[in-house]
Amino acid sequence: MRLSRGEGPWPWLAAGSVALSLLLLAALLTLLAGRGLAHFWPAEVVQVELDDGSRFAARPGREERSAEGVERLYHTGNREWLGTPWRWVEVARIVEQQRPAELVVIERRRWGDFIGRVAGLEEDGEALVLEDDAAQWAALNARLARLEALRAARDALRQDEVMPRVRELGAARDAASRARLEGELATANAEILALQAQMARDRVLLESVDGERLALPLEDILAIQRPNDMRLPAKLGAWGTGVWRFLSEGPRAANTAGGVWPAIFGTVLLVLLMSALVAPFGVLAAIYLNEIAHQGRLTRLVRISVRNLAGVPSIVYGVFGLGVFVYGIGGSLDEWFFSDQLPSPTFGTGGLLWASLTLALLTLPVVIVATEEGLARIPDHQREGALALGATRLETLRRVVVPMALPAMLTGMILAVARAAGEVAPLMLVGVAKLAPQVPLDAEFPFLHLERKFMHLGYHIFDVGFHSGDVEAALPLVYATALLLVLVILLLNLTAILLRHHLKARHGALPR
Amino acid sequence: MLAQSATPANIAEREAVIDIAAADSCLEIQALSLAYAGTPALKELTLRVPRRRVTAFIGPSGCGKSTLLRALNRLHDLNETVSRRGEIRLEGQEIHAPEVAVAELRRRVGMVFQTPNPFPMSIYENVAFGLRLQGDMRKRQRDEVVEWALRSAALWDEVKARLGDSAWSLSGGQQQRLVIARTLAVKPEVLLLDEPASALDPISTLKIEELIRSLKSQLTLVLVTHNMQQAARVSDYTAFLHDGELVEYAPTDALFTNPRLARTENYITGRMA
Ligand SMILES: Nc1ncnc2c1ncn2[C@@H]1O[C@H](COP(=O)(O)OP(=O)(O)OP(=O)(O)O)[C@@H](O)[C@H]1O
Ligand SMILES: [Mg+2]
Repeated sequence: MRLSRGEGPWPWLAAGSVALSLLLLAALLTLLAGRGLAHFWPAEVVQVELDDGSRFAARPGREERSAEGVERLYHTGNREWLGTPWRWVEVARIVEQQRPAELVVIERRRWGDFIGRVAGLEEDGEALVLEDDAAQWAALNARLARLEALRAARDALRQDEVMPRVRELGAARDAASRARLEGELATANAEILALQAQMARDRVLLESVDGERLALPLEDILAIQRPNDMRLPAKLGAWGTGVWRFLSEGPRAANTAGGVWPAIFGTVLLVLLMSALVAPFGVLAAIYLNEIAHQGRLTRLVRISVRNLAGVPSIVYGVFGLGVFVYGIGGSLDEWFFSDQLPSPTFGTGGLLWASLTLALLTLPVVIVATEEGLARIPDHQREGALALGATRLETLRRVVVPMALPAMLTGMILAVARAAGEVAPLMLVGVAKLAPQVPLDAEFPFLHLERKFMHLGYHIFDVGFHSGDVEAALPLVYATALLLVLVILLLNLTAILLRHHLKARHGALPR
Repeated sequence: MLAQSATPANIAEREAVIDIAAADSCLEIQALSLAYAGTPALKELTLRVPRRRVTAFIGPSGCGKSTLLRALNRLHDLNETVSRRGEIRLEGQEIHAPEVAVAELRRRVGMVFQTPNPFPMSIYENVAFGLRLQGDMRKRQRDEVVEWALRSAALWDEVKARLGDSAWSLSGGQQQRLVIARTLAVKPEVLLLDEPASALDPISTLKIEELIRSLKSQLTLVLVTHNMQQAARVSDYTAFLHDGELVEYAPTDALFTNPRLARTENYITGRMA
């Protein structure tokens, strides 16, 4: 221990503040992880009987104490009959609770979750005869596997046969090749239709615990499980699948279900583009201010202004981006190059390019200040050493000064990334979208679509949390997305920190 | 204490040292005055630096030694506040003349600073820095020059196995010798050393001093030092500066054993008592 008694309470106070900050950080991450990740756990389903004889099956949630007694929130699913998938129940009214193994939870393409029993299977409208429940479950899973194979075949056909021909057709000029391509397209489309007809073959008959019945095409099933029948490894597997689907799929049901892949992609791409834009500008500006400009009153004034720009609220940058980039530059670009598409704007509306430019502007002061500090730390005799060997100022800059300031430049980039990745307000003005399932990077020329709108984790949190119709369903997603945003920022920063560490390790520490 | 400088070996070495006026001079400074933003730092300085000898500049802190040294390879050019009068001639050529390229001048007049300042690159690249600036050279040839320079700076044996390592991984004394090697690699005619050993331990200092003595067969050396013994040990001529003026300039033995002016004597004895 380096804290000695004689120094009074100050060392303890300082250590205490550090401990408190760390504790708060840990608490935040624990909260996000706990609430967010628990959402994907295949929790058990209970069948509840109330004192009035009515029954329902649901996943129990949190409890609240009110004047009448304790109430518990249940996730019942089955929105088409109940109107809402949530139900508050007075605990005192519960007569009986069971956990039948055969209860299923089905995530559907429409209407949210179904919770109930499988009553039968249909093939081409004919009921299948199956002796018992286990055989039925096995048959259902086999048919789902068949469907998955058909779907993969169809997607492959689209990807490998249809898409290239459509692109060729767009470029083809002579009638002969057009006719050939159209013929081939028609065959491929017919194959796809045949596959889709096969996919529509099976239906599953479902029955809720209170007797409502429903026939659901297997195609509409996104995921199906019997949580009461699952052991721990199976549950862990289902949890992993759930997390993976959250990370890799697009959102559904007005962002209250499904995954966040386009938002992850948009966030990372936005930050990378922003870095690529801000790094050269910031570094060059800092080099000019510190190494080239005459160190007079004007330079000092510019320096002070730059430092103050770092304190301007980010929404102001958003307004600037909207006025200058989107309406000003974007509008002109549309008039000059995309006039055939007007009045629908191409660059004259918010998009990836304008958003990353706005963020680059926002983080420019941070990069300039950090780089300048790095440059100012380099002792003059280092520069003079190179000059004294006959190097020009440019050679001195390039070969001695910039390499020595690289770690400081990366520090600037780290700070910039940390600031930009968490910004939401300016993005709302310059191009973030509530839903843009098409990511801005694909196989279609020019591959990186800078004019497209994009999704962003920060905005997604805002949208899901405040604009969704189903708050109870949205809340876990908000936590999970927030955790993800923190992790993405951490990962981006870690990359830059490792890079800086690598650079520092190469030349040891700066001699002081 | 001065007896130390009069070892038989030194006497033999010094037999060549004769009157400055008669010596063959390499650098000639004529009525040089220099001021920082109007504040004079050098006043009407006139002196000749003999070729292939070690000339030491001594004097109290702030008397203008570094300023003079930096004037010799035009490092003041970058500082707009510096104003200068007078002439500096290298081999008879005025160094401020328009036809003199400053890069070329700095290659001919190398400079080593008080603090070691290796560049952020490998040991090899540090020495090759000046060579690369001069343009293409085949790798074989460059390797030879690098080895020669490192041998001349008495560093080769210590670093030959680790030429690719960062120069910042060397010790302070090794770094200073690396900087000397880097300067030697471009084959300068004059080497200016501004307190090259002030940041070093006694053993490293000794190595640098040996190095200075061995280099004088090839080039002209100018050494700024605060250490009287060091000036006495390694230099052939010594100039005593005070307040921007040249007070006394004589062969080292003469200046230390028999100073003409009381000011010089006070400084030398005051420091050495
Ligand atoms: N860049 C500068 N700008 C303004 N004044 C300077 C500058 N460099 C040196 N001076 C002044 O010029 C005078 C001579 O300085 P110089 O560095 O030449 O002294 P020195 O003899 O080398 O001293 P030391 O032995 O401490 O290194 C000093 O009064 C110093 O304050
Ligand atoms: Mg000095």
